[in-house]
Amino acid sequence: MPSLKDLKNRIGSVKNTRKITKAMQMVAAAKLRRAQEAAEAARPYADRMAAVMAGLTANAAGQSGAPRLLAGTGADQRHLLVVMTAERGLAGGFNSSIVKLARQHAERLRGQGKDVAILTVGKKGREQLKRDYGSLFVHHVDLSEVKRVGYDNARAITDEVLARFDAGDFDVATIFYNRFESVISQIPTAKQVIPAEVPEDAAPVNSLYEYEPGEEELLADLLPRSVATQVFAALLENAASEQGARMSAMDNATRNAGDMIDRLTTEYNRSRQAAITKELIEIISGAEAL
Amino acid sequence: MADTMQFDLVSPERSLASVPVREVRLPGNDGDLTAMPGHAPAIVTLRPGMVVLVGADGTTREFAVTGGFAEINADSISLLAERGHPREEITQEVFNDMMKDAQRVHRNATERREHVGEEVVTAAVKLMGDMQALGTHIGLDPNQSTVPD
Repeated sequence: MPSLKDLKNRIGSVKNTRKITKAMQMVAAAKLRRAQEAAEAARPYADRMAAVMAGLTANAAGQSGAPRLLAGTGADQRHLLVVMTAERGLAGGFNSSIVKLARQHAERLRGQGKDVAILTVGKKGREQLKRDYGSLFVHHVDLSEVKRVGYDNARAITDEVLARFDAGDFDVATIFYNRFESVISQIPTAKQVIPAEVPEDAAPVNSLYEYEPGEEELLADLLPRSVATQVFAALLENAASEQGARMSAMDNATRNAGDMIDRLTTEYNRSRQAAITKELIEIISGAEAL
Repeated sequence: MADTMQFDLVSPERSLASVPVREVRLPGNDGDLTAMPGHAPAIVTLRPGMVVLVGADGTTREFAVTGGFAEINADSISLLAERGHPREEITQEVFNDMMKDAQRVHRNATERREHVGEEVVTAAVKLMGDMQALGTHIGLDPNQSTVPD
């Protein structure tokens, strides 16, 4: 049975924890709003890029001489997994869910006898994958200094990936991130970016447009940008998901702390009452003995 | 025929302009062009340069853009640029930053010449030239930016 003083200290410490988690929740809520606005602002560009790409790729796919970013290298042997996680923890299952998906993916590919390489973005994913897959790491992108992800960050990651692709280091690249569904639901997602996937329902001919320069040059120019756009979209989704996950995790933590304080307070009051009763009994029995 | 068309300038991070215009002058990769309402549908890649909008009332607005393309339709133009700034926002500092990007591309291309092929190197050299021309056009010094490490 803890003493009254112990209980009081305990309550104090849980109260402090609750203050912290409450503050983190509110900060996450503010950041979430900003992250959502950023994702919203990026949508027009991504949508138009996707629309133009859909027309172009549908035309070019299947033709010989299509750029390698679209047609692939002709092999499916070496895979690059780009695992994008957060730089910070305390965000519920945010980081683990991405890592888990990437892990499943890596295991499946290795089971099929394929080569796997991993490029990590964000410290947390790297830490979690290090023990099992440390030897597969090819590069790490550190975003801990970045307050707000910008297109420049996405392009730096893309340049890194494309340089490896040009050097012939891998055949297929897949990015892993959390798609933001709502504050309480983020869906870990794997998306293949190289070679580009041709949407199945894309209109095959968009000959309405006159292309300047030619269609092929245009495609060669746009493909790397399209990859960067997809990476950027994933980074933004990730940023929103991270804040959403942190917000609900901290909301839970705050509520748990509240429950705990209630329980401890009840216990404290009971102990106090017990002590008083005990003293009273002692006094009364002392008086009766006289 | 309507005498204005809808113009949208979007960068990956935000939408920069969405206004009705009478004409737009674009720095196309194969040469400058002007788009007016009723233009044949076209998709044009752009070199770094100034985009000039002529509004319905004849006033002009200028934007500096790098790395993008324009989708032109009879009644609308969408310009997708990796970077875009209204002219009045371009200070030497912003320009240095843009210049640095071009220099980085240039250096990457020349360093890996045998990997990427002559075409890419030529494109990078052209990019540098276009950026310098852009700076001179605005009246900024293209030589202040230092090559990044």
